[in-house]
Amino acid sequence: MLRNIEEPALKAVDPRGVARPATTHGFEGFDAKAPDGPGIDTRARGSSSSLQARGPEAGRRECLEVAGLNLYYGENKALNAITMSIPERQVTAFIGPSGCGKSTLLRCFNRMNDLYDHVRIEGEIRLFGHNIYAADTPVSDLRRRVGMVFQKPNPFPKSIYENVAYGLRLQGVKKRRVLDEAVERAIKRAALWDEVKDRLNDGAMTLSGGQQQRLVIARAIAIEPEVLLLDEPASALDPISTLKIEDLIYELKTEYTILIVTHNMQQAARVSDHTAFMYLGDLIEFDETKVLFTKPKRKQTEDYITGRYG
Amino acid sequence: MPGLSMPRLSMQGDRVLIGALSACALLSGGVLVLILGFLVLETGPLLAGGHVARAFLGAEWHPADHTFGLRAMIAGSLAVSGLALSWAAPAGIVVAVWGRLYARPVLGRLYRGVIDILAGIPSVVYGFWGLLAIVPAINRVRPPGTSLLAGGLVLGLMILPLCALSTDAGLARVPQSYLRAAAALGLSRFGTLTRILLPQALPAIVAGCVLQLGRALGETMAVVMVCGNVVEVPDSLFAPVRTLTANIALEMAYASGWHQRALFMSGLVLLMVTMVLFGLTQGVRKRA
Repeated sequence: MLRNIEEPALKAVDPRGVARPATTHGFEGFDAKAPDGPGIDTRARGSSSSLQARGPEAGRRECLEVAGLNLYYGENKALNAITMSIPERQVTAFIGPSGCGKSTLLRCFNRMNDLYDHVRIEGEIRLFGHNIYAADTPVSDLRRRVGMVFQKPNPFPKSIYENVAYGLRLQGVKKRRVLDEAVERAIKRAALWDEVKDRLNDGAMTLSGGQQQRLVIARAIAIEPEVLLLDEPASALDPISTLKIEDLIYELKTEYTILIVTHNMQQAARVSDHTAFMYLGDLIEFDETKVLFTKPKRKQTEDYITGRYG
Repeated sequence: MPGLSMPRLSMQGDRVLIGALSACALLSGGVLVLILGFLVLETGPLLAGGHVARAFLGAEWHPADHTFGLRAMIAGSLAVSGLALSWAAPAGIVVAVWGRLYARPVLGRLYRGVIDILAGIPSVVYGFWGLLAIVPAINRVRPPGTSLLAGGLVLGLMILPLCALSTDAGLARVPQSYLRAAAALGLSRFGTLTRILLPQALPAIVAGCVLQLGRALGETMAVVMVCGNVVEVPDSLFAPVRTLTANIALEMAYASGWHQRALFMSGLVLLMVTMVLFGLTQGVRKRA
């Protein structure tokens, strides 16, 4: 399952022994040091800490680190002291019954929860060591580095070409040749090129649902993010389109760290390297996918994956 | 068997409902046709009697001499309404954008409530306020005060809330999925506004504001109170003007014969202008 990926040279090792990237992706105005904030116990969850501590396998960089994350919708606590490490260039799946908080957690990684009223967040999420919830983090920069694809395909009512070029235009890319190349590259990587290459100027709404979803993925990767968040990306699609998306996810993880929320346990088992099982706002178990699905350590996980509830 | 009779009963109910609805629709549609027919019928002899050139295009309005030129009134109506729209539409759009995008949610909701109430204030109140507050202020700058400017300001204030409400409705109709997609690509609030919201909502905004122009054209009471009502094509913002609606309101009490027909002609012209505007908004909506 593990594929040989060229690792960039490691430049620095932070006090926790976590390798940090050679290419620094620091936000503007950010302190270069990893903000290992005082008062945040990354092993806060006591009994289950040994499970959560299982992070990336040796040698693989840690991309996202969640530390003591609580999220409240008004008075309701929706996420409870989530602590986990997500390895880069792997697929991490989030499973659990409806309302367990998996989509809410996913939206924390690009701060989409900022768009909702009454949401309050405590704790930290670090992207290559930088706390994305620090006051001086420009949210738009974060969202360019952490792309997102939603459950329902949501292309803009523009042409296929313009949808993919959109993010680049936002960044001020104007040269037609540069745009053409980037658009072609992104659509190819999203495994859509053969189907649309002759009609790039047609409206995106003329595509089928599965094609639209791959177009939206192309739009997200056109701006070269580091992380892709997929929120049930195939749940509105037919089985064939779903398979295409799953193949695509497998291809894309050579370049991107992928986080996927799914209702479909078989899908999680098929596409992911690591799986997190969540229940009622708690991270119950987080492990390598083959371990979690074959030898779950917690009774709740076992009950869920054997279909006893959910 | 109740299981069988139930649908039949409801089908009968449907038929009654459809009949009643069709009758209502026909009635309201018919009223427009009747009004139009009535106006044409009343105006017809005037137009047939060789008064057309002098009536529509003439600058002179001397009812006693059977000279019914509407040029000054048409110019007055367009000038006052255009002036009102020229500042109320941008202001209304800004208010709506602020309320939906930049205000705190609680404040935004409160603000929309206030705008709703503003839209419901009777025009005579606006007119009275204009007469007591705006006219004297303009008078201090350039007498007499009752003027095109006063009319434009008061009318603009009246349609501003409606421009804001129609803009707000247009913004609200932009699908949330576009907004989420824009946010996920790192678009700022201003970028979302200029690249997603406004282009998407533009047809609705334009249509809404043009409809308000129609309302401004039809407004009478406030205009009579602050515009001065002199029959002259306005040559400056401070010139008194008379609108088509004011023309009717001021002279209907004593008009008879040809004079009365000329007033009906004012109404006919007004109705036609409004219908043209409505046609334009339909065109804009269809293009969207």
